Amino acid sequence: MGDRGPTPPQTVGPFLHLALADPAWREAIPEGEGPRIRIGGVLSDGDGAPVPDGLVETWQVDGCFTRCATDDDGRWEVHTRKPPPAPTVDGRTQAPHLLVSVFARGLLHRVVTRIYFGDEEAANAADPVLAVIEPSRRHHLVARGDERRGYRYDIGLQGEDESVFFEC
Amino acid sequence: MDGYPPLDWPAYRSTARRHPVRPPVRLDPGLADTAALTAPVFDEGAVTAADADLTAGSAVVGQRIIVTGRLLDGDGRPIRSSLIEIWQANASGRYAHRNDTWPGTLDPNFTGAGRTLTDGDGRYRFTTIRPGAYPWGNHPNAWRPAHIHMSVFGRAFSQRLVTQMYFPDDPLFFQDPILGAVPEAARHRLVAGYDHRVTEPAWALGYTFDIVVCGAAATPVEGGGGG
Repeated sequence: MGDRGPTPPQTVGPFLHLALADPAWREAIPEGEGPRIRIGGVLSDGDGAPVPDGLVETWQVDGCFTRCATDDDGRWEVHTRKPPPAPTVDGRTQAPHLLVSVFARGLLHRVVTRIYFGDEEAANAADPVLAVIEPSRRHHLVARGDERRGYRYDIGLQGEDESVFFEC
Repeated sequence: MDGYPPLDWPAYRSTARRHPVRPPVRLDPGLADTAALTAPVFDEGAVTAADADLTAGSAVVGQRIIVTGRLLDGDGRPIRSSLIEIWQANASGRYAHRNDTWPGTLDPNFTGAGRTLTDGDGRYRFTTIRPGAYPWGNHPNAWRPAHIHMSVFGRAFSQRLVTQMYFPDDPLFFQDPILGAVPEAARHRLVAGYDHRVTEPAWALGYTFDIVVCGAAATPVEGGGGG
């Protein structure tokens, strides 16, 4: 252990459930404890096949954290609250969004994306991060649905449905 | 980033259809998200002392070990009250998981998962057993070196890290594409050191493994809540 350089990441591997899949993590807001939204979807690979050994985590400016391991069909689903707008470090207002980490067997480090909300059209149109994404790819960052019915957000690791990932 | 493995690493076959092909979006520094400067905060009630002892129950089979170290940020400052979660195979190399079917022996006294919070000096400490190596289907006669999976939050979203800790002088490193994906100069950062000062007489062998996370974080609050 000579240098103090950053510890390199490694894959979570196929057995992440032993430590990271407690169902309690799926609910930042437990049922009956205030307004909350449901959000979920499918994690898929470059063949469009579901990823059954993945982990999706969300983090947001108001301190709500969730995580959910994908099931045999690649599905994940969490409950949280819709976050207030968070500023960028240079003070610009962003649309409400979640920061997302995706881990899986076969991913040597996490990949990072964002979830914006499809029913926040005006805020999304003014968002300074969405503005730098190719218009044809922006829809990958926006969950479909609304607060009442819940939101659908699929994550593609590769290929035609590849999500928009950010440097992490 | 310094020491990061690439996502596209053909020697590790599972990366083939799972690595994003498009380069990740690099945002201008000013566009960085203030939400990424913080991370979940855990209070002491979130874990118990027993959660850090994977051998609780005493009948666990294997070489008892202590794994300890400090969680540090890129400037060498300790990160306090931060959750560290670990999981691992048992002494015969078998995970207590429904999808692990190789004929290693299951140990009914070992679930292989633990968690703890770092103390005021950023230190963590687990009591466990040394995991066994195990075979997998990646390449002919493929064996994973003994390792412990570790998950840490740090104090910012940008510091979130999941990694694996290896043991010194493991003869299986040369053929492992997961450790091998890490640039050679940084690989040693994933290998714990044997530390006789940590070893407890007539009880357990000691290993030290410091974890360094990088990425910007909000300035920690000093005093009071202790960050």
